[in-house]
Amino acid sequence: MAKKERSPHLQAFLNPIWEANPLFVLILGTCPALAVTTSLESALGMGLLFTFVLVGSNVLISALRKLIPEEVETPSYIVIIATFVCLVEMFSEAFLPELYSSLGVFISLLVVNCIVLGRAEAFANKNGVLDSLLDGIGNGIGYTLAIAIIGLVREILGTGKLSFGNTLTFLPKVSLPILNFSDYGGPDFSLSIFTQPTGAFIVLGVIMAIIAAVKIHKDNKAKERKKQALLAEKSAKAQQKEAK
Amino acid sequence: MSYFVSFLLAIVSAMLIDNVVLSRFYGICSFVGVSNKLKNAFSMGLAVTFVIVVAALICWPLYLLLELAGLSFLRTIVFILVIASLVQLIGFFIKKYSPSLYKALGIYLPLITTNCAVLGVVEENASQALDFGMSMANAIGTSLGFLFVIVLFSAIRIRIADTDTPKAFKGLPIALVTAALLAMAFTGLGGMVG
Repeated sequence: MAKKERSPHLQAFLNPIWEANPLFVLILGTCPALAVTTSLESALGMGLLFTFVLVGSNVLISALRKLIPEEVETPSYIVIIATFVCLVEMFSEAFLPELYSSLGVFISLLVVNCIVLGRAEAFANKNGVLDSLLDGIGNGIGYTLAIAIIGLVREILGTGKLSFGNTLTFLPKVSLPILNFSDYGGPDFSLSIFTQPTGAFIVLGVIMAIIAAVKIHKDNKAKERKKQALLAEKSAKAQQKEAK
Repeated sequence: MSYFVSFLLAIVSAMLIDNVVLSRFYGICSFVGVSNKLKNAFSMGLAVTFVIVVAALICWPLYLLLELAGLSFLRTIVFILVIASLVQLIGFFIKKYSPSLYKALGIYLPLITTNCAVLGVVEENASQALDFGMSMANAIGTSLGFLFVIVLFSAIRIRIADTDTPKAFKGLPIALVTAALLAMAFTGLGGMVG
């Protein structure tokens, strides 16, 4: 995986950001990735709430890992996660009501998010608090990055603009025209299908295909290099024989 | 319009127009995960249908109680506990009374707890303050929609597996693009129910 030996703490933090990205590589948490990515801003908001829930549940579960009996592991995890989701729900309803109403039921659906439960089962119940904290932050960043990419593509293609300040109200209200110049009396090149469910599936599918293509290309290159190294070795041996 | 007619229309609308997977995005994980084989897809769809309807049946009066007690902010925790224990209980029951069905549903039962379609429907019923009849219509329509789409999708995927797709699109990417086309077809049903 990693080329050089990284320290395990750094590994726990960096690995989920790209090499083991929860959405693009492990294909977990696809429901919110398709549902709340109509704009970059709501994707970022979702990523923020997701990261909070994941970090909280990871830390608490790892702190309690020796106290929770094995038979009731999963139910206890679900209750812990549900508690954090409840907190996030109330917090966002109070301080970011626009974000709360735009994400809707998908905030409560964080309870059954496969990534949160998956990290609890696969990481937090085996590792210490610090590593679990780093793992939570890393996975949070990785997932936020992934859905932000989808949100960026869908917002630009679907509305032709990039706007901020609508759901994350603490940001200044700006709207950048990229493909849609109708506000300035110009043409509108946006394709509204990308704001619809169809667009969500297409964008995720194409992004995954691009990642697969890059991987295939890299593998081919590595194979080629191996082949050439082998050939060079052979010819070197042949030359040695001739010299004898 | 009589209540019965609107009940039926709500079922159709939840099943086809606002399809659970293709327009509300619940349960994508299992939709993509278990649709490789037609038989698995059918079993999973059946199990989900069953759990959604029973969960909605139980959670509706429970939410009423929570609201009366002024604890409606606890609903997510309560609902997920109900669903998790319900799935366990249903597992026991089916194992006892119909071993053949248990064999068919087997490994899919525990997966349903984390299927967001179940929690999604129950949350929807609570947050939209639907009455009992409409909640049941939403549950029945949604679960039938899930069964319909997952079986449809797995039938398509079997055909895709035999075709010569570009290397990079093999597996999941082409499945997602197919789902996009399916979603486009389903948007054509919009406006069917006034």
